Amino acid sequence: MNQWKNFTKGFIKENPILVLVLGTCPTLATTSSAFNGLGMGLATTFVLVGSNVVISLLAKMIPDKVRIPSYVVVIATFVTIVDLLIQAYVPALYATLGIFIPLIVVNCIVLGRAEAFANKNTVMSSLVDGVGMGLGFTMALGILGAIRELLGSGAIFGMKLFNGDGALVFVLAPGAFIALGYMIALVNKINKAKN
Amino acid sequence: MAKTESTFKNMTVVLTLITTVAAVGLGFVYYLTQEPIKLVKAEELKKSINLVVPGADKGVISEVAVKPDDGIDSLYFYEIVIDGKRIATAVKTYTDKGFSGRFTVMVGFDTLGNIIDNNVLEHKETPGLGDKTSKSKSTWNEQFKGKNPANFKLIVKKDGGDVDAITAATISSRAYCDAIQRAYNAFVAYYKINPASAPAEQK
Repeated sequence: MNQWKNFTKGFIKENPILVLVLGTCPTLATTSSAFNGLGMGLATTFVLVGSNVVISLLAKMIPDKVRIPSYVVVIATFVTIVDLLIQAYVPALYATLGIFIPLIVVNCIVLGRAEAFANKNTVMSSLVDGVGMGLGFTMALGILGAIRELLGSGAIFGMKLFNGDGALVFVLAPGAFIALGYMIALVNKINKAKN
Repeated sequence: MAKTESTFKNMTVVLTLITTVAAVGLGFVYYLTQEPIKLVKAEELKKSINLVVPGADKGVISEVAVKPDDGIDSLYFYEIVIDGKRIATAVKTYTDKGFSGRFTVMVGFDTLGNIIDNNVLEHKETPGLGDKTSKSKSTWNEQFKGKNPANFKLIVKKDGGDVDAITAATISSRAYCDAIQRAYNAFVAYYKINPASAPAEQK
């Protein structure tokens, strides 16, 4: 398999959020600012890469009938590790992401990649797939967070770009839906033009 | 290597193995991060105390849990002692009257019960409205500085008190007052202060 294609598919062609529309709950909840979106994206990337590698290694060893519980244990372990590390070393991020870090366990994209990709492919391909998908997820969350922060509070990464309060709706949930909707439309257009 | 068959024995062995390895790994990471997490929490607490009682980091801080008359959960008193003398107490208080769930507030009192300063620790209020109770968002809570709840009515003006509510966030403002009032009541009861002996408000 062409590793470069495998890597880049996560960004536009099969972007987890904008095309597959998986893991929407943390997407909508944590992207109130660019920093939070990126933080959540990177945490998920770490889990995705870890679980993809371990699961592709163990795929042959795990009997089919218990594969889902086994995958969930692997994923939950990585999530707990991330949770503890963020608590210890990036407390500012932990204060804002809080409850959404444990929820990475049930993020569809992680189990989805384990089922759809990692258990059928080599360790190397799974690693590349995890990095690509994770960074695609991070990119989407970062952009969504930046749009919402810019329109909602007139800043990007906490740097004020213009004065005033901005449109409050973009900091709240409805703004997340609106911004995400336009992003999905845009990516659909790009994908259509390519085909 | 062929795929492992789904026999009872295989399934048991594999699941046991995976969970054991996961448990050992987690134990190890927990052990590694235990100290840093403790330090971070202590540092945060110290910072929040220092914000409501400037100069608190020069003294010795001791924690006391105090049960309020009107709540189930304890309030935490942080007594700040400098040169063997208690100069102030920071009280970690809470309210359940917020717009969305519990919100915790830190208030610093001097020995007479005057509010030195105050700030929100944790809240789930609406961004842009209720979160203006926090110092990082607006100067709203400056109005409590230097006031003594004995003669400064901790009720929003709309309800006949002395507190200017935040526009469009009256519920959050009321909740904030409730939290401070709870802290003050516990403070007065704990140190047996007679509210009537409070100095008159300086206008």
